[in-house]
This record gives sequence, structure tokens and C-alpha cells, in this order.
Amino acid sequence: MPKNLLLKRAAAVLAAASVAVGLAACSSTPAPAPSSGLATVTPGKLTVATGDIAYFPYVIDDDPSSGEGFEAAVAYAVAGELGFAPEDVEWVRTSFDAAIAPGPKAFDFNIQQYTITDERKQAVDFSSPYYQASQAVVAIAGSAAEGAASIADLKDLLLGAMAGSTSATTIEEAIVPNVAPQLYNSNEDAVAALQAGQIDAIVLDLPTAYYATGVYIEDSFIVGELPAAGVPDEWGLLLPKDSPLTASVTAAVDALRASGALQEITDEWLGAGQGVPLLK
Amino acid sequence: MLVAIGSTLAFAAIVWITVVNTPGWSDVQRAFFAPEIAWAALPKIWDGFLLNLQVMGLSVITVGACALLIAAARTLRGPVFFPLRVLAAAYTDLFRGIPFIIVLYVVGFGIPTVAGVRIPPIVLGVIAVTLTYSAYVSEVMRAGIEAVHPSQRLAARALGLRHGQTMRRVVLPQALRKMTPPLMNDFISMQKDVGLISILGAVDAVRAAQIWQGQTYNFTPYVVAGLLFVLLAIPTIRLTDWYTARLRSREQSGSIL
Repeated sequence: MPKNLLLKRAAAVLAAASVAVGLAACSSTPAPAPSSGLATVTPGKLTVATGDIAYFPYVIDDDPSSGEGFEAAVAYAVAGELGFAPEDVEWVRTSFDAAIAPGPKAFDFNIQQYTITDERKQAVDFSSPYYQASQAVVAIAGSAAEGAASIADLKDLLLGAMAGSTSATTIEEAIVPNVAPQLYNSNEDAVAALQAGQIDAIVLDLPTAYYATGVYIEDSFIVGELPAAGVPDEWGLLLPKDSPLTASVTAAVDALRASGALQEITDEWLGAGQGVPLLK
Repeated sequence: MLVAIGSTLAFAAIVWITVVNTPGWSDVQRAFFAPEIAWAALPKIWDGFLLNLQVMGLSVITVGACALLIAAARTLRGPVFFPLRVLAAAYTDLFRGIPFIIVLYVVGFGIPTVAGVRIPPIVLGVIAVTLTYSAYVSEVMRAGIEAVHPSQRLAARALGLRHGQTMRRVVLPQALRKMTPPLMNDFISMQKDVGLISILGAVDAVRAAQIWQGQTYNFTPYVVAGLLFVLLAIPTIRLTDWYTARLRSREQSGSIL
């Protein structure tokens, strides 16, 4: 536990220093207390990680410090609950996989659409969920997926998704296609394949699907929403394994949910269009 | 002999103290070397590996053929063939310079868009590997051809052989000996790069490993896929060593005092 030791030493030094200051000045000014008593990576600051490139609608313009975007807003709301002022929040970037590799972490929590699963819990800690996402099928007008009204209509299509994502699991478990799906490194690659006509449709989580059809895939539309498959796709804040902050962060998320603040943030950033059919 | 045993034991002790006997090692072991996860992931990774093998088998043929054509074009003599030589040189410059992963993207998502038809990832993978590795291999072949002393060529022409005959019967057999070791090297390098075709959406060994890694948050499946590639490379490496040694002993026979 070198980190704890370091903290203890830092605390001892701080205490000694404040005693010295007190003796020298003989004044009654107390040493400034940190804004919260939490053992964060940088004392007094909350270090939050997000993706190497963070996307709309989770972070607007890849600038999380603006607080604009669903996950940026959630991060600042959680920071507020923990007693950190917005200027005490520091952002760092990690790749999706790097956050789960063994070794020390450079963040207090990491927010980039991490689905909570039991397997992942063996490697990292999660807060309670801040969002529950469903999956949706997206296709380009004129593709074989046009007019699909049920899951049975999707079974013979060549589908694509990001490998290892909940979208990929949903294809396997909710659609059970007759053709093996194509799996890509990222959603961008899957979209490129869709646009190149290499696949009939892709599966994305619903917020991404809204954005994809609205902004960056021309002539595309949402075929429908898929029923939940496998583990429910609940997103949690990811913390280092056995982090001393897990309980407080979970309490903060729970408080935001109870107060309705979380719902407000969700509606503001992810409350786009209605009328997407649920495929059965 | 005793020194070798001693140094090996000392090395093992150093590895034990500095790597295995550290607090982080058990974490690393759990994350990268978990036998039960390796065993569970193996069947899927093996299925994916067969796809890699297919791409590799096809690519060996296409790369060999294309590279020979390019090398032949670059070594043509006479001013008439200047445009061909320039084209071949430009091609090798371009494709040895571009990172393979970018070639894969351009081929994988560009060609189907241009062609307007759906192309299986295997075919796209073979095209991308061929484009890149033909450039490398053709340069090895060119160097091999040019390493044959001009007197051989002159002698062949003096005997009345035409250019094609000279190449086939005199130059290429000698060049082959020069270029086998570097060719084998490129072949091994290609075996690994074939693992990048997962970018095209095909579920190959690397992709299958990634799927397992995503589900378990454990990196062991990558190690399994890596070991399969190592197992594939070892026979080639040993064969190269053996063949190179044989060529050396033949070429230098009688010269060692």
C-alpha cells in the first residue's frame, strides 16, 4: 500500500508544517481543510477520466471541462455531490481498455459508457448505474433491413457491431442471426462498413443511434429498438479495484437519482426523438 | 558446460527475484495468464485462426506472383522500358512507406464502395496484404537478381540465350539462393500482419480474443492468440535457419581452412 503510506506521510508533513506555522505565528488561522475528506489521486482535486476521444452526446466537442454533454454533466453532478467545486475537477483521458488493465490508475473515476458486468467487477469497481441503455438497429435507406418489423426479419441479414460491446452481445442473444455478424474495432469502423455496403445494418446503443442517424450517417434510419439481452445494459462510473471512493461515489449517484437531477440530465442530453418501434 | 549451467541458474534466479516474486506478479498472472480462461477461449480463437491461415495461404501465392512481376519490370533493361521501371519503382516506394493498417482501411472500406458490391473480408484481406507485401518482396527479389554478377548474364547472352531464357535458366536460380533468407523474413512478418485483418470485421484469431477479453476483462485470450501465431512462425524460422546454414556451407565449401 505505497499510496496510503505516501498519503500518511503527506498528512504528517502537513500536520508538522501547520504546527510549525502555528508556533511561529501564534495566530489562530487554521490550516485550510481540503474541500472533502476523500482520498483522491490528487488531494483536494477530483480526477475524472473519459475516452481518448469523447463523443456527442456524452461529451460535446470532445471538451468535458465545459460540462456540456451527458457524461460530462453527470461527472460534474457527481463531483458536486462529493463536495468538489467545478474548478476542482480535473480531466484525464484513457482508452476504453487501458482503464481495465492491471496496475495503478491515474483517475478517481472513469466515465465512458462502461456497462456494469460481474466479470468486469472482478477487475474494477463500479458505482451504482447512472444510465440504462437499450440497443437499436441502424440501417441505410434501401438496404435489406428496410421494412424489417420484427426480430425474425433481421435473422438473415449481415449485421455489424463493435467487438466486445453490449451491441455485439445483443446481436448474439436477442437476434440470434443465421449469419455470423461482422465485428469491428470501433463504432466508426462499423459505420464505415455500413456505408461501404459491406453489412446490412449495425447495432448501436440507442443514444448513439439517435446521433448517428441524425448527424453522421446520411440517409440512415433506426430500424427499431432491441429487447434487452444478457446482462441489462446499465452504465456505471468505473473506479480502480477496491477504491476507497467507491462507496461515496455510489452514494452520490444514488442521491442524484433520488433527487431527480439524474433524470433531468438524461432528458436534457439523451431525450431525443420518440417513436422508435420496439422489435419483438 | 558448467559455466553455461551456472549462468542459466543465475539468470533464472534473477528472473524469479525481479519478476515472479513481486507483489504485482499475481495480478499480472491473473490478468494475462489465467489457464481456465485460456482453455475456454481456445476453440473460438482457433476458428478465427483458421481464417488467418486461409488469408495467409492465398496471400503467399498472390504476393509471390505480383512481386515477381514487379521485380521483373524493375530489372528490365533498355530505354523502351523506362515508364515500366518508373512505375514499378514508384509502386514499391509508395507501398513500403504506407503503414499496412492504412492500406487495410482504404482497401477494406474503399474498394467495396467503389465497386458497389459486397466483398468477403478474406478477399479484401488478401488484396491488402498483396498490395503491401508485393512491394517488400519485389525489392528483395530485385536485390537478389542484381546480386548475380553481370558476367553470368553476359556469358548467357554470348551463348545465344534470349533475355527471358537468361533470367529463367541462369539468373533466377542463382538469385533465389541470395534472396531466400530475407524472403523468409518477410514471410514471417506477413504471418503476423495477417492478424490485422480483424479490422475488416472478420472474426479472426485476434478478434475472437478481443471478444473474450471484452466479456471477461481478462487479457489471457490475447496471449492465446499470440501463442498460436508464435507456433505458426517457429517452423518457418527453424526452416529458414536450416536452409541458410545449408546454403552457406555449400557456397563456402572448400574455402574454410
